[in-house]
Amino acid sequence: MTVVESPAVRLTVDGRAITAAPGQLLIAACEQAGVYIPHFCYHPRMRSVGMCRMCLVEVDTGRGPALQPSCMLPVSEGMVVETASDAAARAQDGVLEFLLLNHPLDCPVCDKGGECPLQDQTMAYGPGESRFTEEKRHFAKPIPISDLILLDRERCILCDRCTRFADEVAGEPLIGFQDRGSHTQVNTFPEAPFDSYFSGNTVQICPVGALTARPYRFKARPWDISETISTYPNAMGDRVSVHASRNQILRLQGVDSEAVNHGWLSDRDRFSFEAVHSPNRLREPMLRDESSGEMQAVSWSSALSLAAAAIREAVDAHGASSVAILGGAGLCAEDQYAWVKLVKGIVGTDNVDARMGDGLWADLLCALPRASVADACHPGGAVLLISGDLREEFGTLYLRLRHALLNDDVALVELTPLETSLSSLASVSLRARPGDTALLTEAMLSPQRGESVAGVPTKALAAVASMLKRRPLTVLLGRTSLAESPAAVERAAILLARKFPQARFLPLLRRGGTVGALDVGMAPGLLPGRVTLASASDWYRSAWGAAPEARGLGTEEVLQAAAAGKIKTLVLLGADPVVDFPYSRLASEGLSAVSTLISVDLFNTASVRRADIVLPAAGFGEREGTHVNVEGRATAVTAQVTPPGVARRDWQIAAELARLLGGDLGISSPRDAWEELARLSPLHSGASWEALRTDLDGVLLQAPPPADGEPLRPEALRLADLEPPEAAVVPFDGYSFRLVADRTVYDGGTVVGNCPSLAAKARPGRLRLNVADYERLGVGGDGAVVVTSSAGSLVATAKPDDRVPPAVAALAQNTAGGDPRLLLSPGDAVCEVRIEAASLT
Amino acid sequence: MARFERRKPTPAEGLEDLIVTSRRHSPDGHTLEGYLRSGGYEAIRLALGRSPADVIAEVKAASLLGRGGAGFPAGVKWGFCPPGVWPRYLVVNGDESEPGTYKDRLLMETDPHQLLEGCLIAAYAVGASQCFLYVRGEMALAQERLATALNEAYAAGFVGRDICGSDFCLDIVLHPGAGAYIVGEETALIESLEGKRGMPRLKPPYFPAAIGLYGLPTIVNNVETLSNLPFIVTHGAEAFAARGAPPSAGTRVFAVSGHVRNPGVFEVPFGVTTFREIIYDDRYAGGMMGEAPLKAFIPGGASAPWFFPEHLDLPLDKAKVDAAGSMLGSGAIVVMDETTDIPRACHNLVRFFARESCGKCTPCREGTTWLEQVLERILAGRGSRSDLDMLADICENISPGLRWPPRMTTICPLGPSAVSPISSALERFRSEFEARIPVRKTLAVKAAALR
Ligand SMILES: Cc1cc2nc3c(=O)[nH]c(=O)nc-3n(C[C@H](O)[C@H](O)[C@H](O)COP(=O)(O)O)c2cc1C
Ligand code: SF4
Ligand code: SF4
Ligand code: FES
Repeated sequence: MTVVESPAVRLTVDGRAITAAPGQLLIAACEQAGVYIPHFCYHPRMRSVGMCRMCLVEVDTGRGPALQPSCMLPVSEGMVVETASDAAARAQDGVLEFLLLNHPLDCPVCDKGGECPLQDQTMAYGPGESRFTEEKRHFAKPIPISDLILLDRERCILCDRCTRFADEVAGEPLIGFQDRGSHTQVNTFPEAPFDSYFSGNTVQICPVGALTARPYRFKARPWDISETISTYPNAMGDRVSVHASRNQILRLQGVDSEAVNHGWLSDRDRFSFEAVHSPNRLREPMLRDESSGEMQAVSWSSALSLAAAAIREAVDAHGASSVAILGGAGLCAEDQYAWVKLVKGIVGTDNVDARMGDGLWADLLCALPRASVADACHPGGAVLLISGDLREEFGTLYLRLRHALLNDDVALVELTPLETSLSSLASVSLRARPGDTALLTEAMLSPQRGESVAGVPTKALAAVASMLKRRPLTVLLGRTSLAESPAAVERAAILLARKFPQARFLPLLRRGGTVGALDVGMAPGLLPGRVTLASASDWYRSAWGAAPEARGLGTEEVLQAAAAGKIKTLVLLGADPVVDFPYSRLASEGLSAVSTLISVDLFNTASVRRADIVLPAAGFGEREGTHVNVEGRATAVTAQVTPPGVARRDWQIAAELARLLGGDLGISSPRDAWEELARLSPLHSGASWEALRTDLDGVLLQAPPPADGEPLRPEALRLADLEPPEAAVVPFDGYSFRLVADRTVYDGGTVVGNCPSLAAKARPGRLRLNVADYERLGVGGDGAVVVTSSAGSLVATAKPDDRVPPAVAALAQNTAGGDPRLLLSPGDAVCEVRIEAASLT
Repeated sequence: MARFERRKPTPAEGLEDLIVTSRRHSPDGHTLEGYLRSGGYEAIRLALGRSPADVIAEVKAASLLGRGGAGFPAGVKWGFCPPGVWPRYLVVNGDESEPGTYKDRLLMETDPHQLLEGCLIAAYAVGASQCFLYVRGEMALAQERLATALNEAYAAGFVGRDICGSDFCLDIVLHPGAGAYIVGEETALIESLEGKRGMPRLKPPYFPAAIGLYGLPTIVNNVETLSNLPFIVTHGAEAFAARGAPPSAGTRVFAVSGHVRNPGVFEVPFGVTTFREIIYDDRYAGGMMGEAPLKAFIPGGASAPWFFPEHLDLPLDKAKVDAAGSMLGSGAIVVMDETTDIPRACHNLVRFFARESCGKCTPCREGTTWLEQVLERILAGRGSRSDLDMLADICENISPGLRWPPRMTTICPLGPSAVSPISSALERFRSEFEARIPVRKTLAVKAAALR
């Protein structure tokens, strides 16, 4: 693409000549030039409203100086600006005085005290004393506007930031202005609380202490807090500022990284720091007592030597392939690398998989040309969404894409089983019946005859085809649901990549560090750097001393092998297959059949409760390192607090085990691990430890083209080497329903469950049915239905839902409303269910 | 106080000079039948026979200044629609809520078809196919008359599809306001029409003609402005201009209220009649209500800076009134005689603006209420000397320089409107405020006792 460089605009600010980008707002241009203009309502990530009037400056565009709000005014050539002239200063002083008239000045008991823009600007620009002797306006002191957020209307300065955020950014206009004049207030509508997945952002951007969040209220004063920039280990790798005091994390705030989250966070992530200090954290190593079956605390040295012995015995007696390691997606890249080196380089097994059976083909993900979030949001582009609802699992990606759809001429095509939160903004929103994703993708890529394909009108498919011809394509590629075989999506991806060689792919893998894990080889057949065992084992053998000979097993195969007695020692790295693996029965059987189950984890999960050896690990806020997000962007993770009890870093555990197994990882800090990785893997070579710590946007991992005279290095995976998997098309019979096992943000997961502020938000899932289907089934008042598949059956509560198409039934995974996994059987392309109203009386 | 007799209008009186209130006293002037009988819906036929550009040129030539407040030439404003952007909307501003102003109400009640025909002409000229009639919610009779007229006009084929056999189509929707003065400001009106809170938008864009309703070109005109169009199209720009003193062309309708013998709505030649005539002449307000002479008057609605006896001989001419530091604004003349308690009058006006502030921008939201509170305290005898300077200072912070048209720290002129009465009154009648301020003897006594 050709970028047309518009010439810079020249203007004069306070007597100094500056330049600015065309169209830039004056306030931003001044800030860039080091001239700070006081403001309250202006927020660089939202539309300017010019309401507070704090940013008034004197502007002369040839017709004499006039007061103008600098947050509304785009720069223009030759503009002369005075930000501190008598008139400007007087206007600013006046506005500040007006704002303080009715402000309660309860700073000593206000959470914002010490970090309050109103307080700061009053100190800097304010009149010093109040001339206001009238009675101040009174409102009931803080009123809850949701379970999480409280609003103190007396402190509010009506800057419209919270309300704009809710409306413009989150698309949930649940708060608004009411009444008028000096009685104007922000409030919710009757019976409609501010229940938004993103409500915490309003607290962060409120320029006064009007909005407070329960998890932080009265917890600390800003001057007691230390602040460090880190990365929240979710799929987007949201940049956060971690606020801690006295070895406690007190709050998280979004940091405005241009490349990542633009300052936003979802509530689920923002408030999840509560889990860090949960009393349920694992604090010390434990061992299962042979006779009683009870867990007993032991020292690290005995736990580790037993773990090492279990690994050595398995290798000695049954070969390295009798050892397997599952999980690791939640770890920092350094921990992941340390474990990969331990397992593949020292133990010698390739049975490693960071995915829990809910991911996609690792080789494919490594081979597909990777898109950045910026690619997806690039003006003029097309985005093809093949996944579930972004809002549920990829909060800040949802916000960024939503913004791009609304403001930047990005066209969205949805190929999803259910309507999503973005459907109303999509150019074309196609409902792909579970199992038909690949079929419909093919239909989209070649002209079709007939009225419709798999229930989708041919016209719509043609519309998509013509749009994809005109716009550069980014595919957001994730699992549509656990109940559809991943082959459908994988096949679709390969077809798309072949048809559109310029297309880029953003893998939507929900577990935070999965992409980073694959990048360091945490999957069978892979080695660090998105390379295969076949191409790179020599390279790593020479670096590590050893490397696996043959491709190992993935999670499903490991569990099958375990159930068949072939896996003797299984290590779970923060993995909970009992809850997360799509086939719960297989997970249970597998875990029960191994001789030694070793769990490295933060919490006592269902899988940990089956373990023989439990090793407590350090989690978010307690470890230093690097996170790699879905784009393959590396950003720094920093530590603020010490882990509970004697919990240790994952890389330390790996290093210890290596030593006990007679090897040496050669890693004695995360930095060692990263630098070794960057030395060995061309993919990681461009990201120096320092650069990661100085650039807010981190580094997008990319292998540089090989330079002349460089030592031989591993070749990355090539798409051309991959064959599209066959995706079985199951004829649609019209009698049964196709199941969609999707996700909801407040589920029964460990993190939500261990955050008091979030746990209450978890609701039992409902079996969601199209309204017509719901009515046809004659469900009783209690909504009870029995859902049966060839694999099993469950009782659920049905609910009509417009977002579900006919003949589809959706049930979220991991809630108290029924486990859809009971209905799934391994290998099935789709899950067909029968639904009957249950007569429960 | 002297009682006065309401003067009966003499139907023949000056009728030939009237443009928009000619059917005012006709018992069925508001019906389709009455309207047609007096030449109604002829103008739209004539307009349809000409090109839209032609109609715009005619209106430009007529120098039809907007009658809603700002007095911007209608024909010029119509030309601001960006070419090639469709659809376009026509919005009628019938929100008339400025204290003392009730001329649009009369036009809507007594001659609704004239307004509808004006809408047809304007919509045809600017290329709008959808028109919204935004009428103040409290005006029950106006709403009813307009609704009836609209139904009649639809049934008779004057509104709707293929109007008068042409291919011109226009839908007109009657939209009641919900009780906020600020919605008279055109961008707040547009927000309200869009279903949002009625709060003004920021300028630029300076005219909704560029970006208006739903982001599309929108012409907003006042009821009286549009009501003039049938005459202009029928009789031509020259005949229109001849009625007044161009550029203050045609006639203007004024609502006179306060201490006058015969308050009411009067249509007078624009730029010709003087304040003295409209206040004292028997054809109009008929002079002061009682014995007391005139003390001050508001020449153009509650927002306008006040005039005093020395201004009486100014003609009701836009340029001249502007030059004298006020405005003809909404066409409301409020007369105060010597018995008027100026601080109380001032408080009354400021309270109106404080209550009607939309709350969007800080100086108006907070400042107007503060002004009201200080005035209230002064009225209650609890003011202090420094309050008067402080009042002036607060006014400065809302409207720097205290001049008209105002410079403002606010988004729209409502904030500065609240400043007008205070700056006028303080300048002329400061002593009346000072007289309300108690002399603090007590302080010295207390201080002595403390020693
Ligand atoms: C606070 C405020 C209130 C206003 N109220 C009215 C009103 O009630 N009626 C009206 O026609 N114009 C009102 N205006 C003027 C309108 O904004 C606008 O200028 C006018 O409707 C344009 O029509 P015109 O060009 O035909 O006069 C008001 C302006 C302001 C600033
Ligand atoms: S609550 Fe805070 S963010 Fe919302 S309008 Fe008030 S001051 Fe602004
Ligand atoms: S000046 Fe007053 S009425 Fe106008 S926008 Fe500001 S607060 Fe609203
Ligand atoms: S920051 Fe510009 S008006 Fe508020």
